[in-house]
Amino acid sequence: MNLVVREAFRTFKRAPLLSALSVTTIAFSLFVLGLFGLVVVNLQDALRRVEERVEIVAYLLPGTPIEPVTIGLKDIEAFPEVQAATYVSEDQALARARAELVEFRDVLRELERNPLPASVEVKLKPGFRDTEHVSAVAERLLGFGFVDDVRFGRDWIEKLDRLRQLAGAVAIVVGVAFAVVAVIIIGTTIRMTVLQRSREIAIMRLVGATDGFIRRPFLLQGALKGLLGGTVAIALSFAAYAVVDRYLEIHATFFSYEQAAVIIGFGALIGLIGSATSVGRHLRRV
Amino acid sequence: MIKFTNVFKAFPKGGLALKDVSFHIAKGEFAFLTGHSGAGKSTVLKLIYADERPTSGEVRVSGHGITDMRPRDVPLLRRRLGIVFQDFRLLEDRTAEENVGFALEVTAARQSTIAARVMRVLTQVGLAAKAQAYPRELSGGEQQRVAIARALVNEPTVFLADEPTGNLDERATRGVFQLLRDINASGTAVVMATHDLDLVRQAPYRVIELQEGALVYDSAVDEPRDQAAAP
Repeated sequence: MNLVVREAFRTFKRAPLLSALSVTTIAFSLFVLGLFGLVVVNLQDALRRVEERVEIVAYLLPGTPIEPVTIGLKDIEAFPEVQAATYVSEDQALARARAELVEFRDVLRELERNPLPASVEVKLKPGFRDTEHVSAVAERLLGFGFVDDVRFGRDWIEKLDRLRQLAGAVAIVVGVAFAVVAVIIIGTTIRMTVLQRSREIAIMRLVGATDGFIRRPFLLQGALKGLLGGTVAIALSFAAYAVVDRYLEIHATFFSYEQAAVIIGFGALIGLIGSATSVGRHLRRV
Repeated sequence: MIKFTNVFKAFPKGGLALKDVSFHIAKGEFAFLTGHSGAGKSTVLKLIYADERPTSGEVRVSGHGITDMRPRDVPLLRRRLGIVFQDFRLLEDRTAEENVGFALEVTAARQSTIAARVMRVLTQVGLAAKAQAYPRELSGGEQQRVAIARALVNEPTVFLADEPTGNLDERATRGVFQLLRDINASGTAVVMATHDLDLVRQAPYRVIELQEGALVYDSAVDEPRDQAAAP
């Protein structure tokens, strides 16, 4: 093992320029992938925030006493899809309308009688905020005797559904394309390293080195380069994120630690696989 | 030790590199392999160290059949052979000592024994004082001595030399040749490909001559001939 590590580091020392080049190539390939990842992460974030506004409002029959509603509220909160259900009384509805609908302030002030019904506002848990689940919950709400009508903006939620599907498909297709390009570029760079050392490999074989012995330092070296490249890519992504966040004032999110670790791990994996295939091909050919 | 029986070797693009070559080199023997460039000397050596496989016929080295040898057995065979070339084939980024030690490291030899064995062979080739020198700091003759030390460090039973003096001046040639004779004197079989006929005449060793892939003369079986008439 000691020998493998020493031989792996020898390349960094002996061909610093080519080593730096491969690390840089890996870094920039993963940086592009990382930037795309950031866009996806932030898009998902934005979608989630929009989704949070998905809400079902059940309007109650005028004059419904509070007791049955309180019991009904408990039932509604027990639905598996429901995150929270809030009772809004007629007076609260009017107060809210006065605060929010400034243009109608005068009209609302001069009312003799409160025309607004009481309601129950239902928020769904994440993962249930699509047309199918929203409709199902709305259906069940109508079953309560004190519910007059249910509103939830069907069109709007259907659009959200479609947007979500489209964003998912684009993320997968473009993400895979970027990943493939990164793998090809990184593979080519690593191949150069192998070719540069073909004379050395030939000499190793001449003195009786097994293929495994020749291969191991390359694998370690490839994985290390990938690891280093991945780390640089995350640093570059962070720099890009910081600039955008600061000057464009959109409150973007950065990768979580887990996501960053996945990108670095992906770098190490490509380095490892790239080395394994390049060395393997070279050893089979000569 | 080394036995060729009706060996044919075809070039990948057609034509024959070796045509029906048969010979036997015994344990501890010294044999010259002579002939013009392209006569097939290097091919014979490559067959011995299993870099090439015969198209037909049989090659046996130290009891191993080369014809159907499994690829994973090739490194094991090479560790029992010592091989040197005209162009030395040293690793440029390693000192003389590291180049020699490398041949031991690939065999997974214990680190504690490597240094001692390396110094012993470097002393044997007269380069103990230059153990820390890199190949570029050494003369051609010295580089070939390092290559010989590397070939010797695994205590081979067969020593192969492909034009080992081809790049050397007369003085270095004499030194390297004397080393090969010493190696042979200690019981190792030596096969030396060369077209330096002066060298061949100097020593009373066996001569195997190839011409366009065919064995045309073998001093062990044919009548002795006037050396001056040899090509």
